[in-house]
Order: sequence, then C-alpha cells, then structure tokens
Amino acid sequence: MSASGLILAGLDGDRTWGLHDYVARGGYSALKKIIAEKIPPETIIAELKASSLRGRGGAGFPTGLKWSFMPRSFPGAKYLACNSDEGEPGTFKDRDILRYNPHAVIEGMTIAAYAMGCERGYNYIHGEIFDVYQRFEDALEEARAGGLLGQNILGSDFSFDLFAHHGYGAYICGEETALLESIEGKKGQPRFKPPFPASYGLYGKPTTINNTETFASVPFIINMGGEGFLNLGKPNNGGTKLFSVSGHVNRPGNFEVPMGMPFAELLEMAGGMRGGRKLKAVIPGGSSAPVLPGGVMMDCTMDYDSISKAGSMLGSGAVIVMDETTCMVKALERLSYFYFEESCGQCTPCREGTGWLYRVVHRIEHGLGRPDDLDLLNSVTGNIMGRTICALGDAASMPVQSFIKHFGSEFQYHIENKKCLVPPEVQYQGSQIYVRP
Amino acid sequence: MLSHESLQQIDREIAKYPHDQKQSAVMSALRIAQVEKGWLPKEVIEFVAGYLGMPAIAAYEVASFYNMYDLEPIGRHKITVCTNLPCALSGGVHAGEYLKEKLGIGFNETTPDGMFTLKEGECMGACGDAPVMLVNNHRMCSWMTKEKIDQMLAELESK
Amino acid sequence: MLEIEIDGKQVTVEDGSTIMDAATKIGAFIPHFCYHKKLSIAASCRMCLVQVEKAPKPLPACATPVTNGMKVWTRSEQAIKAQKGVMEFLLVNHPLDCPICDQGGECQLQDLAVGYGGSQSRYEEEKRVVLNKNLGPLVSTDMTRCINCTRCVRFTTEIAGEMELGQAFRGEHAQIMPFVEKTVDSELSGNIIDLCPVGALTSKPFRFSARTWEMSRRKSISPHDSLGANLIVQVKHDVVKRVLPMENDEINECWLSDKDRFSYEGLNSDDRLTVPMLKQDGAWKQVDWQSALEFAANGLRKAAKENGPAAIGAFASGHSTVEELHLLQKLTRAIGSDNVDFRLRQSDFRADSFRQGAPWLGMPIAEVSALNRLLVIGSFLRKDAPLLAQRVRQAAKRGLHVSAINAVAEEWLLPVKNRALVAPSAIVPMLLQVVSALAAEKGVQVSEHLAMAVPSTVSDEARAIAQSLASGKKVAVWLGNFAVQYEAATEIQLLAQEIARLTDGTFGVIGESANSVGGYLAKALPIVGGLNARQMLEQPRKAYLLLNAEPDLDFADPIAAQAVLSSAPLVVALSAFKSPALLASADVLLPIAPFTETSGTFVNCEGRAQNFNAVARPLGETRPGWKVLRVLGNLLDFDGFDQNDSEAVAAEVLGAEIAPRLSACIAGMAFAYSVQHTDALERVSDVPIYAGDPLVRRAASLQKTRDARAPAVRASSVTLAALGVPSGARVRLKQGAAAAELEIVADDTVAANCVRVAAAHPATAVLGAMCGQISVERV
Ligand SMILES: Cc1cc2nc3c(=O)[nH]c(=O)nc-3n(C[C@H](O)[C@H](O)[C@H](O)COP(=O)(O)O)c2cc1C
Ligand code: SF4
Ligand code: FES
Repeated sequence: MSASGLILAGLDGDRTWGLHDYVARGGYSALKKIIAEKIPPETIIAELKASSLRGRGGAGFPTGLKWSFMPRSFPGAKYLACNSDEGEPGTFKDRDILRYNPHAVIEGMTIAAYAMGCERGYNYIHGEIFDVYQRFEDALEEARAGGLLGQNILGSDFSFDLFAHHGYGAYICGEETALLESIEGKKGQPRFKPPFPASYGLYGKPTTINNTETFASVPFIINMGGEGFLNLGKPNNGGTKLFSVSGHVNRPGNFEVPMGMPFAELLEMAGGMRGGRKLKAVIPGGSSAPVLPGGVMMDCTMDYDSISKAGSMLGSGAVIVMDETTCMVKALERLSYFYFEESCGQCTPCREGTGWLYRVVHRIEHGLGRPDDLDLLNSVTGNIMGRTICALGDAASMPVQSFIKHFGSEFQYHIENKKCLVPPEVQYQGSQIYVRP
Repeated sequence: MLSHESLQQIDREIAKYPHDQKQSAVMSALRIAQVEKGWLPKEVIEFVAGYLGMPAIAAYEVASFYNMYDLEPIGRHKITVCTNLPCALSGGVHAGEYLKEKLGIGFNETTPDGMFTLKEGECMGACGDAPVMLVNNHRMCSWMTKEKIDQMLAELESK
Repeated sequence: MLEIEIDGKQVTVEDGSTIMDAATKIGAFIPHFCYHKKLSIAASCRMCLVQVEKAPKPLPACATPVTNGMKVWTRSEQAIKAQKGVMEFLLVNHPLDCPICDQGGECQLQDLAVGYGGSQSRYEEEKRVVLNKNLGPLVSTDMTRCINCTRCVRFTTEIAGEMELGQAFRGEHAQIMPFVEKTVDSELSGNIIDLCPVGALTSKPFRFSARTWEMSRRKSISPHDSLGANLIVQVKHDVVKRVLPMENDEINECWLSDKDRFSYEGLNSDDRLTVPMLKQDGAWKQVDWQSALEFAANGLRKAAKENGPAAIGAFASGHSTVEELHLLQKLTRAIGSDNVDFRLRQSDFRADSFRQGAPWLGMPIAEVSALNRLLVIGSFLRKDAPLLAQRVRQAAKRGLHVSAINAVAEEWLLPVKNRALVAPSAIVPMLLQVVSALAAEKGVQVSEHLAMAVPSTVSDEARAIAQSLASGKKVAVWLGNFAVQYEAATEIQLLAQEIARLTDGTFGVIGESANSVGGYLAKALPIVGGLNARQMLEQPRKAYLLLNAEPDLDFADPIAAQAVLSSAPLVVALSAFKSPALLASADVLLPIAPFTETSGTFVNCEGRAQNFNAVARPLGETRPGWKVLRVLGNLLDFDGFDQNDSEAVAAEVLGAEIAPRLSACIAGMAFAYSVQHTDALERVSDVPIYAGDPLVRRAASLQKTRDARAPAVRASSVTLAALGVPSGARVRLKQGAAAAELEIVADDTVAANCVRVAAAHPATAVLGAMCGQISVERV
C-alpha cells in the first residue's frame, strides 16, 4: 500500500480505519458541507461531471453522466449499489479501500444517495474477503451511531440506509446486473439491457451501481472541487487512481497515483522487475484487458486514453506484470480456464464457447495442438464477442485474441514442436513462491 | 434444523432487505447454515428455502451457483488455494503443489483422516498478497511461504 | 405506434414491441429457442440475433425493443453469420442421436440445424454428458440433449405457478433439474414436453411408441372438464398414441392439462368393453349386438308396460356427448318417463323449476384476463379446472384480486387476497354476511327476498371480501363444483347471484364435466315433474338406463347408487368400460365408443359448442353411443330416431342459438334458510383430478402421479386435537350406516370441524354421500 494519493493517503494499516481517525483525516467534511449548505443535488452532479471521474470498475464510464440518468422525479424507492465484488484477476484495490478506509466509501455512497434521491443502498462485497465484510459492517455501525447514516442524517431531513451484502464466490456478480440479481437472492445471471438499471434495477426500481473506488473518490471531489480533482490527473482522465500491481515485480501492491503517470514510473514504485529479469508482457487493466508486449507498455502512461491507444484497456487498473520466464500459452490457458469456470451459463456462445476456447488452448499447451488451432481460436472468439448478454463473453475472448496477436509465434512453436519456446531451465523461474523482502 | 444462534443471525440478515424481499437473505442464510453444519445437505437447503419462503429449487440454484458453498461433505478444514494467473506468477501454483505433497491429496480431495479438504480457487481479489489461500471460506492467509503453510497446517490440525 | 422496417418491409407495431413481435406480425421467421410468446424473455439462446441499423453488433430480436424508424435485417450477412455461429455452439455439446430421439421429426434444433448448421463440427473434444432426472411418471428426460433454453423452468414458475424446475450450477455445468430427488407434480406438467425445443423432455407414456411421421394428426376436444381444450390426437393404426394441444387462444391457448394430454392411455386399457354382454342367471356372457339390443328394448318395454313408464329412469354422465345426452332423454321421454338426469354428483335440485337457463360461466373464458375482482365459491379450482385456474393466475399478475370462500383452502399457486375458510354448513351464513357488507359498502338495498335473512353484524373476512368486490370494475362470481354439489347449493346460488348483482358483475358456474352446459341444453334432466338423480335413487325404479357412468364412482352417494342399481330388475348400461361395480349392477352391457371413436359435441362452460369427429375406428364391436340409442329408439318403434348422422342429432339441440339459453340465474324463488348450527363433524369431498370420469381413472400413467395417490382423511390440526387423534393414525369413518378405515393426516387447509374425504375413489366409495355428517374414531 502506498501512502500517496487521496483515498489511501495518511493511512496506517489496520490501525486507522475507524470513524475517529477518518474524521481526523478530514472525513465526512464533504457530507457535512453538503448538508449544512443544503447544496442542491444538481450541483453535486455538476461537480462530478467537472471532475471527469470515470468509473473505476472497468468500463470507465463517466460517473457524473451516469448519475444524471437516474430519474429525479420517480415516485417510489430508488437504490444505490456499490460494486465491491472485485474478482477480476489482478485486481485487489477495493479490498484495501474497504479495510483501510471504509468510511470514504460510506461517505461517498451517502453523498451519491443524496444526489440521486436514493433511500437505500447495498455494498456487494466479494465472497472471499469475509474479514473485510465484517469490518465494513462495523464501519456501518459507527456511521449509524454517529448520525452519519440512517434516519435524518446529521439532523437533516435526508435519510439513507446502507447495508453490506456478502457474495459467495462468483466472479460474474461483478457484472452490475448479475450483482443486482444476486442481491435479490438469485443466481448471479446478468440481465439483458435495456432496460438499464437506471430505470429497472434492484427489485425493479431505478438503481445506480458504481465501483468501490468510484464512490471513495466522491468525498475528495466535493472537498477539492471537480476542477481540482481533474487537475490531479490529465484531461478526460481526472484524479488519482489505484493501480494493483501483481506478478513479477519486487513489491506487488496497490499504488494510488495521478492518472497519466508513465508506466515505467509505476513499475519503479513496485520495486522494479523481480530478480532484475526482463519484462515480457503486461496486462494493464485486469485479466480481460488485452495483453501488451513489455516494450509497448513501457511507452504508455497510466490513463484510459494512452492504454486504449496502445490497443488495450485501463479496465480496473490491475497491472499484471510478466517476465521473460513466462510461458504465454500456459498463462493464457489459466486465464481461459478462469472464464470457462466463471461463465454464468445462460448465453449459448459463452456457455459453450468458453469451454471450447479453454480446451483448445489446453491442448496446445499440452503438445496436442493442431495446425488450424489458432485460426479456430480466432474464429470461435469472433463468434462469442458481441453476441452475449454481458461482457464476460468479450472478456474471455480478448485475452485469447491478444495473446495470439502478440505472442502468436510462441503458440505456433508449441503446436509445431510440442514444447515451449521458453527454455526449460528458466521456465517459471520468476514464478517461484514469493517471499516478501 | 438450525441452532437458535444461526436463526438469529439469519434474522439479522433478513432485516437488511425490504420486508417483502426475504429471499435476498438466501446467500447469507446458506453461509450461516454452512458454518453451523460444515456443508449444505439438501435438507438444510430446503429448510433455508422454507424459512425464507422461496422454492427449494431456487435456493438450490443459489447454493450450486456460488463456489464457496459445499454441496458435499468436506474435511474439518477446507483450504482453497488461488492458482489464477496473477497468483501463479508469484508461486500460487507452487504453493498448491506443496500443499498437495504435504497432505498427500489432490485438489477436490479430503485427507483420509477427514481433517483437510483441498480446493483450487479462482481470483480472491488479493493478488498482491500471493500466494494466498482461504481457510474455511472466511480466513484469508497471505504471502504463504512453505514455512507459513507448515505453521498454518499445524495450527489447524490442533483445532 | 412505431414504424419499423424488417427486411425491407414496413410494419407498424405498438409501443413496447420487440423486433420479434414485429417480425411475427409480418410473418418473417427469426430462428429462436429460448423465446416463447407466453413466457418471459430470457434472451439467452442468442439464436435470434439480427442486424440492426447503426447497432455495432447483432441484437437479439426477442428482447430488443423496437424504436421508431428502426431498420432490421434478419437474413443479412451479419445476421446469418451470427445465427450460424450460435448454431455451431448449440451443437458443440448436443449429442447427434436424432435417429433414436423421440423428438426426431419435430425438433426445432434439428430443423434449424439443417438451415444454419455447418456440415461438420469443428468441435472435436469430448461432449458433455448430463445425468437424467426422474421428473415423475409423465415426463421422460434425456438431459444431455438439453440446450439450456430454460423454457421449462420459466413455464413451471410463470404458468404453472410453482418453480418446480431450476437451472442449477453454472457455466458449462449448468443443468436443468428439480430440487434434489423431487419430481414435477404440476397438473400442467406435460406442457414442458411441448415447450422443450429438443428431445430433452419427452412424453414418458409415448416413449418410443411411434415416430412422428407415422402418425396421423386429427383434431378433437378434451372430454374431461368444462373448458373443452382443443386437441390434436395422433393416431397410428387406429390406436391413439399421443395427444397434443391444438392452439386456441380463446380456450386453452397453447396449453393442455395433464388430464387432457395423458388420459388417452385409458382408451387402450384392459377394462375396455368391446363386445355386448348379457347377464343370464347371474352369469355374464358375450352376445351379438342384435340380442343385446333386443334384450334391452324388450326389458324396457316390459317394465314400462307392467309398472307404468315412470318406472323407468335414466342416468347419464356429464362427460357424454350432446348427441348421447339428447337421444337418451328423447328415448326416456318417448317411453313416457321424465326421469332422466346427468347431474349425478349433485344433491340439491330445489332450484330446478326456477332456472333461467343452462348454468354457465357467465362470461367468455378469454375475458378472464380482463377481470379485476373475482369471488370463487366452493371450488377446488386448480384441480377441477386447471387451465381456467391458469388464466386466473395470469390475470392475478395483472392486478386481478381473487377472493375465495370454501371449506378447503386449496393451494392455487396464485395470490388469494381474501379467503374465508369455513365448514360447508357455514358457507351460506358467510355469503349472507358478504351480501350484507356489500350492500352497506355500496349503499344499496339487498333484494327483498333476502332482506330478512341478511345479518346486521358481519365478520372481518366477509367485510374484506365485500370491500374487495365493491372496489372492482369488472367483477365475476363463480361457483365451483363443491358449491353445486353441496346440499345447500340453492341458497349458495341465490346469494352468489345477489353478490354479482350488487357488484354489477357476472355470475357463473364453472361446471364439473365436459357437458355441464350441454346436458342442460339437451334437456337431460327432469322438466315436467320427473325424478332427478337423487330422487331416482331415493325412490327406486324398476328399470334404469345408465350412460357412461359407474355406480360406485360417479354418483353423489355411491352406496345408494350401488344398492339401488344392483337390486333393480333391469339396468341397461351403455359404457366404454366394464368394472366390477358395473358388472354387479347391470343386466346388459352395451359397448359404446369413447370420444376418440365417435363424433359428437361438447358445450363448454362459456357456452361454446365444439364438435369433433372420430379419430380412430371403434375398438372391437364398440359402436358410437348415439347410434346405439338411435337403434334402441327404432327397436321400440319410436318416432324421431332416424337421424343419418350425429350432426343431425346435434342439430336438434343446437340448431337454435345457444346464447339466449344460457343463464346461471334463478328467479322467483323464495330464500328459506335458517342457520342450523351444528357441532357435528362435516365431510367435505373433492373429486380428485384423476378420478372424475371412467376414462381418466384408467389412464395408467396419470394414476401413478402424486395427485392420484390414495386419498387420506384430511383435517386441521385443531380438529385433530379436538378428536384426540394424531396425524398419521388410522381412523374409522362412519357415515350413516357406512364405514371405512383410512389414514388421517393433519392439513390446515381444511376448515375447522371438517374432514376432507375425497369422493370418486375406490377407497372411499364404501362411504355415503359426498357431504354431510361424519364421525371419526381411532382404530
Ligand atoms: C464479467 C464482468 C465482471 C465485472 N466485475 C466487476 C468488478 O468486480 N467490480 C466492478 O466494480 N465492476 C465490475 N464490472 C463492471 C460493472 O459491470 C460495472 O460497469 C461497474 O461496477 C460500474 O461501476 P463504475 O461505473 O464505477 O465503474 C464487471 C463487468 C463484467 C462484464
Ligand atoms: S456472457 Fe456469459 S457470463 Fe455473461 S450473461 Fe452470458 S453466459 Fe452469463
Ligand atoms: S430467442 Fe432470442 S435469445 Fe433466445
């Protein structure tokens, strides 16, 4: 964890997550200001728009714009949902936000509820992080006790109830409509859109869903103003962002840095390449973002536009670093297995196609590849992409396409020689059990 | 079917949702039931469904959809190792191999003494802590070197 | 309204329509699997992908809303490529076992694969195998063939009203299943066979018995309940092999109840009577038609001559055709007797001379969807009229408020807003309270003839029902079978009619049998002071005609029926089946055709006459019933028995317009009711769904279902406690002089102080009337 940035600034691990310390860090001042000055919801949304905050869940959708879709005059209940179902391989930032600074999320959600007129919210927390779920429950208790949540917040006539919902092991629930289904007590199978959650969301009511980090940024935007936040980063890529750096680096971890920081600098922050080995490839935005060769990556800056120009996506900001000892076929095999395992099973192309992809990559890795296999993989991914209800189909296809695109010769070598291009003596050397320095 | 404490916990979960949406508590209810029973026999799933006023098959859909529910009996302790790519790059696979060797079982198997069940897991959202493993669903263990794995097994065995 | 262009054709559709709706409107076919017009939209199979102008990727036609000016191509290169891609995925794990699949020839996957599939699969890995499930005696599974369209899951949840199937596990492991070791027990379960686009769910009774193309398809009408579902009967070599729905949106839509679908098995049962039989000196022997008919004619002639024509009586089942009922009453009346009745399970006939017409539903079936308030009195709606219940269920989703008054709170799988659960003897007092509350609510006067009887204080339940009805815009009040069969049926009808009047609603009777309405139209009941079904048993006749009815199972009081019929000097039974009780009662048995082997007409509850033709040749020496009755008329030298065909017979009844002859109302009758408070235990009877008529009772697979389980005595836990009997105990039931031993079980859907004992079942046929006092003691 880095001590720079906004959300992670000034934290001291498990010691300072509580309400008292949060307030001492200036926490809840944004909410207090809004209530005290009776700032109109439209003004808040305008600030969000000015900040150029883009959703931190992966798609990078402008948050202010999303908030403005909520029907203002809708008569019944409206809901807010926080997406803390972080399960995209490589991503581990929301866990740190929730365990070290949970009140930033609570404050951000409360402000969002105020801005959109939501009466109730849920934070959907990834199944595997039960301790974080419990801590968030404790933080909610603190906030309620402090009059910061619940009925008549800070003595105003604004009320908002917030609860934690615990997942139990399904990556797909990170998809926003699957998440809603899951809160409703069902299987997490994504819904066809339209209708979009803003008109038909949780329990059929208008609902806005944002990522944990997105919500956690909100108090800072209110405090420093939209412009101030924007100026931390670069145009169209406002603010700071958490990057989860994993893989072959000396110090894996989360780094909150201004948008637009050169990748090389981020790599340096993470301690550089482990064992001084050579950078081979980077997946810059979580496992579903296309992989980029190390050289290409070294020329990128860490923001939506730069990464997109290089042919990948900033996604969730999960940077998976691979060194020269990595077998790309094996790496893809593991990712393909993941999507196969996590397909929810409703759409035909995803249900049948992810297994097909995995099996073909698996046979290549195991020396059973056939000459046409790369064409077959490209064709099957082509038949999955854009043909499914949610983007998991695309997420499963993009790694396959990009691995073949950038490392096709390695695949070809596997097929032709029934063995790996990476010399056996160095294979996986970088992937031994990691021991913290 | 379930203890008073478990039912109280379930009731607390139910209270989080609108009163006509009890089904929303099914995931928590199944989790709580599994903690009490060790796994989820069909009678327990049926009971939970009845308690929440939902069809049994709908509860079964949920129990079979999410990975962390166990529909078969398992050992006293379940260890789930993440072997997904980011973890694998930092030794997740090797840690899994080490566990297999120590316990003499493969993934999805239980030691003959019924003490440990080993599972291969998907991304736990803790890739920076690799190798990571989850003990009994609710305890995350980070940076698991061989020494730490030995320690963990010893500690669990004594419980 | 929205303008849209599909494949170059303009079409105007309503707001909210999907591309699929629009395509259907112009008859353009878009391939699909998960989409079904009567089910919610899943949009998951992805077969219906089409190209839409400006959309970057193909969109599913079934789920994509039409926008004004949208341009759609269903067969463009992009669309076809997407559709072919999906087809390839569908076949990845689908076994290629078409030659041995029962769906062969009627498989949507097979059909579409021909058009959209590649010639050879590029998938060469091992295919998935999915374990089969035991869904019960009706539906057979081959789950490896399943393509996870979830139509069956959505059907059980949305149409049948109870989620009996789900899609468990996920991804490639997803599979359709009931809850562990459960079966699908819905009375509508067979529809999932039709819905399944592949051969994963097929008919168990039909399994492997014929290939589609070997069978001829003929139209018919279901002979079981008052709805008259339209059927397609599939026949091979004059044997009925399978029954499917014939779509009719005004009646059964695209559904059938399991009773409609699977009862055909009874047609081929060993009990079929295929040769005329005569009892001589106590022994039965087969005879030719001539001898049998002459015996019958002579016997009737003799009885009438010796004892007067009133010594003759005729009983008919309401499941007989209009033609049969008409000729039976015509014959009886030609003999000179007015003693004829088809309402064998009724016990109260006091309203007969005050009826304004044939009691009917009071409204078209299709209009159920427009109702917003409904009161159902004395009905086992879901099991008595499964598809009508289904209509009510859908209407309830659209805001229909249902109220129910009955002695049993049967689970209808739909929200019942208000329910009064009262003993049979308390139904009339409850209705009086509802009338009272309703008049107050509406601020109008109660009809004069009721004014004296109406109480001034009313219960909360009655008030809630009244309030619900009073707030309605389109209200209906229906009487169920129990209300009609009960001994206070007259009072119940008068009050129900009053409730309908006070709410400006319609009043109707659901009807028990295929010809509940047709029997009235055919005048198969006394009209000039003759004896009704009950009186014919109370005042035994010398000779009886018995049409399609079994003495031990089809009468309100089976004990009386068996006693009277077996001691009558002459019983001429016309039946498609033989049974011990028939053999004991009858003197001559004339084999007549079941509905598949004769032409005929049923008039359903909405007053719609539906005629049908024979779909198979009569079995053995069986003859159509109407012909047998006509010949009997000839042999007795009566005029008016020279019709050439069944249409001519039907025309005598149905020639004039039907609508003016329909009315559930009673007029000019005084309401004379005094509350008789009783502490005695009362019997409530239902006719179990697979026990109602001779055909369904012999349908082997239906008889293996949960609904056909031997009846237990059911009583609420309060009643059990009062009786001091634990649930599960064996008890002796005493009803008058009759007694039976059965198991008793606690069932809180039964009103206090009642026991529910099914009628029409061999285990309970030894008891007396369907309702009345009964005693229970532990053995
Ligand atoms: C398969 C899949 C998995 C996803 N997982 C996550 C996730 O773990 N966390 C998350 O915030 N968003 C995830 N998303 C994106 C969400 O659907 C949604 O766009 C996001 O939560 C919106 O929040 P934002 O606008 O703040 O980014 C996922 C999307 C897909 C298709
Ligand atoms: S694309 Fe895959 S994960 Fe997404 S809804 Fe379809 S089947 Fe489910
Ligand atoms: S019919 Fe449209 S997706 Fe299945």
